[in-house]
Amino acid sequence: MTIRWGSYKVKGFYDELIRVAGKPRPSAEALCQYLRNLSDREIEEYKTASEMAISVMGITFTVYCEEEGSIDRAWPFDIIPRIIPKSEWTQVEKGLKQRVKALNCFIDDIYHDQNIVKAGIFPAGLLENSVNFRPQCVGIDPPGGIWAHICGSDLVRDKDGVIYVLEDNLRVPSGVSYMLENRQVMKRVFPDLFENQNILPVDDYPSKLYDMLAAISPRVIEQPEIVVLTPGIYNSAYFEHAYLAQQMGAELVEGRDLVVEKDNCVYMRTVDGLSRVDVIYRRIDDMFLDPEAFHPDSHLGVPGLMRAWKAGNVALANAPGAGVADDKVVYAFVPEFIRYYLNEEPLVRNVPTYKCVDKDDKAYVLEHIAELVVKPANESGGYGMLIGPHASVKEREQFKKLIRKDPRNYIAQPMLMLSTAPTLVNNRVEPRHLDLRPFILSSPNDAYVTTGGLTRVALRKGSIVVNSSQGGGSKDTWIVDDEGR
Amino acid sequence: MLSRVAENIYWMARYIERAENTARLVMVNTNLLLDLPKGLQPGWQPIVEILGTEENYLQNNVDFTERAVLKFLIADPQSPSSILFSLQMARENARTIRDIIPREGWEQVNDLYLMAKSNSASGYTKKGRYDYLKNIILGAQTITGLLAGTMLHDIGYDFLRMGRNLERAEMTTRIIDVRSANLLEEHEGLTPYENIQWMSVLKSLTAYQMYRRTIQVRVRRKDVLKFLLKDKKFPRSFFHSLLEVKSCLQDLPRNEAAITQLNEVGKKVLRADQAILQQNELHQFIDELQLGLAQINQAITRTYFQ
Repeated sequence: MTIRWGSYKVKGFYDELIRVAGKPRPSAEALCQYLRNLSDREIEEYKTASEMAISVMGITFTVYCEEEGSIDRAWPFDIIPRIIPKSEWTQVEKGLKQRVKALNCFIDDIYHDQNIVKAGIFPAGLLENSVNFRPQCVGIDPPGGIWAHICGSDLVRDKDGVIYVLEDNLRVPSGVSYMLENRQVMKRVFPDLFENQNILPVDDYPSKLYDMLAAISPRVIEQPEIVVLTPGIYNSAYFEHAYLAQQMGAELVEGRDLVVEKDNCVYMRTVDGLSRVDVIYRRIDDMFLDPEAFHPDSHLGVPGLMRAWKAGNVALANAPGAGVADDKVVYAFVPEFIRYYLNEEPLVRNVPTYKCVDKDDKAYVLEHIAELVVKPANESGGYGMLIGPHASVKEREQFKKLIRKDPRNYIAQPMLMLSTAPTLVNNRVEPRHLDLRPFILSSPNDAYVTTGGLTRVALRKGSIVVNSSQGGGSKDTWIVDDEGR
Repeated sequence: MLSRVAENIYWMARYIERAENTARLVMVNTNLLLDLPKGLQPGWQPIVEILGTEENYLQNNVDFTERAVLKFLIADPQSPSSILFSLQMARENARTIRDIIPREGWEQVNDLYLMAKSNSASGYTKKGRYDYLKNIILGAQTITGLLAGTMLHDIGYDFLRMGRNLERAEMTTRIIDVRSANLLEEHEGLTPYENIQWMSVLKSLTAYQMYRRTIQVRVRRKDVLKFLLKDKKFPRSFFHSLLEVKSCLQDLPRNEAAITQLNEVGKKVLRADQAILQQNELHQFIDELQLGLAQINQAITRTYFQ
């Protein structure tokens, strides 16, 4: 008997599956019972089977390395799923839709009348220093006022069990393909678990994505031409770009495949000649999209793309400039956005955030830096942040200097005790910290939230950094319908 | 199909075929040198000339010793004529179309490159060379067969076949050219070496048995040339390769320019009579054929890739 829930430690953290030692949460009872009955050998077999499935299905993330002859690494995956009861998820889902709606209102307002600034809720100074504010986007009207069509919001659960939004990724959020592939792997390896439980499916994401993209096509035609624009094979998320294109039946293009003609329409070069493109799901950052409008030396983008977009001849998802709300200082204002634009109270909470641009907040942060997590406003992937309680004195002093030099660029948050879930480590279960990234799709008439999302888990003991580039792995996420049990 | 994807498929196929035929080229010269009388051997310089890369070669080399030329032809990563360079280019092209070709196809391309790289030293030695070159040829043919048996035979596959056959036609002319460059004064009647030398050209193209089945006479210069240039059924003959390219073009839209070019070259090779195939004219004639192939390539590039 390998897995003994009685000796699994849940002290100090909220565990997603185990309530107190030996006692699973109601929605996880069936799973824990199942796992308890597995022998060492069976666990080993399931693990191998999942690794095989990952390798056979070609699930990889990319690290470019010429010498090894292969640039792909297998995706680290833990076979014990993370479970959220449906009743709880329904609330989160509502909250996320509300949040993204308010974010889109904010972006649209910022590029038009800036009423929220006039109302004195959002300080004008923050925009001037925002690296993701694009003057080129002022006055543009994307269909339905939607700028962030695809949003990946990171959720964490603190030790009190409350779910918080940690950040919103509005530029080119990635990870959804792993959510889909993780489920495929689990279904291959544990078919019997899916037979006996009510686990909600996740597979409809690609078709929802397609519907959303089709809905923003400027030409109203039966089959608009939708393409996925990738920076190319050396991008770390290339696997996902190719995967989503395949799943939607869309063409996977690079910048050099597209051309903007004199009529300000976008075409792709095919062996049949030029062919009109209606919607571009772009996975290239704003600054590389169009050398005419942004970085003049970018080879990744398409010269004239902004012209075509402004003329309303092509839809871009996400819209350029949407990243203005993807900023950890702006993040602190989201609850205000919800109140201001929607006249509602936020349904999912923000982590309390100190904005160093604010004098009092800055003083507090400098004084309490040892208890806080300090983050730069515009970095992602877990880079450039300070985890106060784990940092050395020297590192803290260094960050104090950085904050004093450029307060606008830093926020600080109390150190959350990220929830844990049982994770296989050398055939034993140990608690590991995790987060959750659901994806929210917004089209002019509709919004959709993935069923669960991508659970990322920090595989190193005690670590709270879940990014795949820094030793993170992932788990399948089950939304379990436990009503009527 | 995206132009870029078509172009990558086309060049992947060209480079794989080029690697295979460069191996054949080295093989034929190695064999010829063994057969020729001592003191009359032209050595390796003609091969570099035939590949049109003399200038490039002389940037890093002063003479044409066997070892230096073989390094240039086998594993020098800076040499655009080397087998390793071709395989590396094939691999880079294959990498970007991994969604189009079956996974095993990519793996095979990758394996062949790694094998060619790690064993290259054995290709320089007289003892290891045959096995090394044989493995390159076999590896390239494995890829060709694997893709033929597993890839969708859609227009993407047409581009693959076009790339392969244009390259093959060109390399067949180059291999014939090696023979002409190595030629001893030719007398009417037979020099003792005549037969053997043409036989080794045939063998380097795996054409000997097929030649015998088709021509059924002893190995003679004019019949060998006719077979390698004009035969309709032998897959490495120049004319056969052209017909393959033509059948692919017929599946594609806007094929007029390329087909016109191709018909010109086809007429030229069929019209070549014995006189042109005499020694003095042969090299000149082969140049013309190669120019014709370059024009077909240009028409394809202009129509489909740009």
